[in-house]
Amino acid sequence: MSQWLEDVIAHAEQPASNDIAATWLAKQRNSSLNKLKEQKWPTRRTEAWANTSLAPVESRVAKPAPVDISSWDKQDIPGLESIDIYFVGGQLKTDISTLSLPAGLSIYTLQDEKSEAVATSMFAQIKPERHIFGLINDAIAQSGVVIDVAEDATIETPIRLIHLTTDGIDNHSRVLVNVAKKAKVTIIEHGVGEVDSMNTSMSEFNVADNASLYHYRFALFTQKALHVGGCHFQVGASSYINSTIVGFGSDLSKLNIDVNYTGEHSNVDINAMYLLAEGEAFDLQSTIEHAVPNGTSNEKVHGIIGDRARANFGGRIHIHRDAQKTLAQLNNRNLLLSRRALINTKPELEIYADDVRCAHGATIAEIDDESLYYLLTRGIPRSQALIMLNFGFIQELINEIEIDSIRDWLTDMLSTRFKSMEVS
Amino acid sequence: MVNMLSIKNLHAGIEEKNILKGLNLTINPGEVHAIMGPNGAGKSTLGYVLSGRDGYEVTQGEATLNGADLLDMEIEERAVAGLFLAFQYPVEIPGVSNMVFMKESVNAAREARGQEPYTAGEFLKLAKEACKQVQLPLDFLKRGVNEGFSGGEKKRNEIMQMILLQPSICFLDETDSGLDVDALKTVADGVNSQRSPDRSFVVVTHYQRLLDYIKPDFVHVLADGEIIKSGDASLALKIENEGYGFLGLNYVEEKA
Repeated sequence: MSQWLEDVIAHAEQPASNDIAATWLAKQRNSSLNKLKEQKWPTRRTEAWANTSLAPVESRVAKPAPVDISSWDKQDIPGLESIDIYFVGGQLKTDISTLSLPAGLSIYTLQDEKSEAVATSMFAQIKPERHIFGLINDAIAQSGVVIDVAEDATIETPIRLIHLTTDGIDNHSRVLVNVAKKAKVTIIEHGVGEVDSMNTSMSEFNVADNASLYHYRFALFTQKALHVGGCHFQVGASSYINSTIVGFGSDLSKLNIDVNYTGEHSNVDINAMYLLAEGEAFDLQSTIEHAVPNGTSNEKVHGIIGDRARANFGGRIHIHRDAQKTLAQLNNRNLLLSRRALINTKPELEIYADDVRCAHGATIAEIDDESLYYLLTRGIPRSQALIMLNFGFIQELINEIEIDSIRDWLTDMLSTRFKSMEVS
Repeated sequence: MVNMLSIKNLHAGIEEKNILKGLNLTINPGEVHAIMGPNGAGKSTLGYVLSGRDGYEVTQGEATLNGADLLDMEIEERAVAGLFLAFQYPVEIPGVSNMVFMKESVNAAREARGQEPYTAGEFLKLAKEACKQVQLPLDFLKRGVNEGFSGGEKKRNEIMQMILLQPSICFLDETDSGLDVDALKTVADGVNSQRSPDRSFVVVTHYQRLLDYIKPDFVHVLADGEIIKSGDASLALKIENEGYGFLGLNYVEEKA
């Protein structure tokens, strides 16, 4: 076991950490803590961590208690009007009680007893137990919010949860989102930072029958900002999820996505992109559980990997025996910018039903010669043409984003990042 | 007077296979030349060789554009020097917007001429006009380059680029293939609107009908890598009526 995990467990066992938690939360925490103690710390022989080393975490001293931070940088998305909630240095910095919320939307802190009814059916219930950092987050996340969207409510203003890093501090935060029947909401999880820190942020989403969730997760952790996070979805009947994931790489950054279908005729679209600059590492693992019939899923994952950067992608589609008439697609495309760039990709289909339509694939590409020729015949300089073609690969997914301001912001931010990466 | 495009004894091919076998062609400013000929004669190869496509190797001969050695230039330098190739099969590039693509192209040419690049606003205005001229809906500017366009829409998009780029010589490779009569007329109108005393055209086609709309000054028959017959527009009519048989060519249906 790592020193870091020992520190974390010791902290979780201090009575003080439970004192500030709601009763329901304390109970859930104990249960996860017990499971955590039974887990073995992953090594490179553990399948889920075979291509991603935990060494950067192992050598850390855990600092799980929140510290008081009084100032932080705003992270605006130009032109986007959103309800913003900040988490900094492991603390919830936005006073939830002062937010003016539209009808049908309630937001509670994790400690608020009022959240109990919604939260107890979700906390550590949607997120699979196999994720060790998920159990860690269960046991020690002190800051968190519970977002409850009432039946039939359409919330026009997106809710944005901003997770900022602080030098030397661990950030553990938790988000629960309940989208009740026929409700519609947009949730943006915006994590960013580069300073020495360990960040786990786990979110669990319950999307009830006939509801829609538009979801964004920006895992923009770089350099010394270590990150292991998760987005875990439970999908009711006739509902829709549209999720856009953007990942940068740091010394250690990993995101787990889980989708579990509990009702029929639901549709999930996931567009994920990673853009890794020199020396960065990013690991994206998705598991889609088609447990009921008539579900559809379409997951597109596009990555650009720079010099000496390492990407790891695993996409598992599991079609259970009863899940007839499932339509599932998964496609991972990668572009390597250098001979020293590395991608491990593993799309997996596991099918137990006999009447399904599934497609999966992974490609590792270099530039398409004919496209390059076409751009050159129009006078575009070769270096510029390469940038356009490479970035076009990511732009394709950005273009599918519904919100104009997010699309423009991502185009600017990602193209700037891309231009700074050397194509060799 | 310097010839706009001068091709002398051009021998070229791909992967050891000789396709052009001593081609001669001189084009003066303002002229429209049609090139016809059976499949496999080397018509598309001529476009690829002139534009500098990778894999095509020139083994003998020369080609100059406004007096400059065309074959010595990079692909993008040829474009900036005024050569435009309208593709027989325009390439789809999802993710690169048509607008950004065309703006970069036009600004590359402007930069080479020492002109200020157009701003996004200035260019948008020009692009909208060109888009209307070729009768494409304006949202085609925002879409990925040729992404999901029909055959006819792709050809219109090629002509839109030509209008914006203002090249000195345009090589249109079977721009009429796959077009219905209305699209053919739109494309031809686009070409005719660009005819000027200082701009020349090479129109590669299998069919006389395009030449009803774009009146050529000269018609050439390319067969087995050489121009074997040149004449005026009446030559195209003769070919339309009689096939290539009267030229001693009896393999009109040869595979490409």
